[in-house]
Amino acid sequence: MEIDREGQYIYSDAELDRYEGQVIEDLKASSVESIPDPDAWLEEAKRNILLTSVDWVLDWAKRSSLWTAVCYPACCGLEWMATLAPRFDAARFGMEIMRASPRQADLLLTAGTLTWKMAPVVRRIYNQMPEPKWVIAMGACAISGGIFRSSYNVVPGYNKIVPVDVYVPGCPPRPEALIYGIQMLQKKIAKAHSVPDLPKLPGLPGLKQKGNR
Amino acid sequence: MTVAISSKEIADQLSGKFPGAIEEAGKDSVLVKSDFLLKVAAYLKDTDGLKFAYLNYVTAVDFYSYFEVVYQLTSLESNRSVILKTRCYGRDNPSVPSVTGLWQGADFQEREIYDLMGISFEGHPNLKRLFLWDGFPGHPLRKDFNR
Repeated sequence: MEIDREGQYIYSDAELDRYEGQVIEDLKASSVESIPDPDAWLEEAKRNILLTSVDWVLDWAKRSSLWTAVCYPACCGLEWMATLAPRFDAARFGMEIMRASPRQADLLLTAGTLTWKMAPVVRRIYNQMPEPKWVIAMGACAISGGIFRSSYNVVPGYNKIVPVDVYVPGCPPRPEALIYGIQMLQKKIAKAHSVPDLPKLPGLPGLKQKGNR
Repeated sequence: MTVAISSKEIADQLSGKFPGAIEEAGKDSVLVKSDFLLKVAAYLKDTDGLKFAYLNYVTAVDFYSYFEVVYQLTSLESNRSVILKTRCYGRDNPSVPSVTGLWQGADFQEREIYDLMGISFEGHPNLKRLFLWDGFPGHPLRKDFNR
């Protein structure tokens, strides 16, 4: 088969590559410190114990219909699929619906190793989710980078990129462990009396050219 | 099952056709000089009786003093396979001719080798990083890579 040497591949766009590399380098440089876990509002909830029944209903609705955004870069995703399947049946917790669009999701379940090349995408998914939103870091890689922590290309923990509410250890965690983590998150949501004050994360710079969407 | 072709036999055939091209005929592989790589590969691909039309994989090995690029070819006609190797020297800009003109499937694999080993393939239509991003320092699969 002859290859058209003159013709340009559709994915060959040097400017887009440079932009992507710059975005990754910038994110890497700004992600040295971990983002603190959003738990300050839990303390606050203890002080203001007066929860109205409206708040209680809202919290019940929020915690009982956690819809997850799709973010499964590695093998933990299979355990999460097992959790969704009939034997473990995540539908019992009102979360059987997977959202392909982050704009309809409440929970970012991060199942798997995150590489720096993927990190801007995860940040973008998180920024696109409407508040209130929560993050579960599932598995050793999501918590700290796991066995790949010292690799040249792996983010040492999702909390460098997004604020994490619940950490579920394991490599990978069993579905029971994940369900326990989900229940912990539900308890955490039940304690909240209002929309939690989440840190505002910077978005990604736009690309001023035809490739921009 | 695919059986490996006798490398002695094929090396004799190749050195008759291209004098000086064969550096070494190992137990199951043929080492050719990189200047002759394209000619030898085209000969293996197109000659009747050989017809190594299928490229299983391209990979590379770092031996510190040189890099070895390895091609496994399979003949679907005679159900035989051969391993073709070539060497390139120097750590700053080692280069090997690209075989994308013969086997288009080599495109991404040569890009992967360029990305992770830093071997450039002359004549590749779109030689740029495949896995890592533009601006990543170094080539991580080299033995002397330190992050």
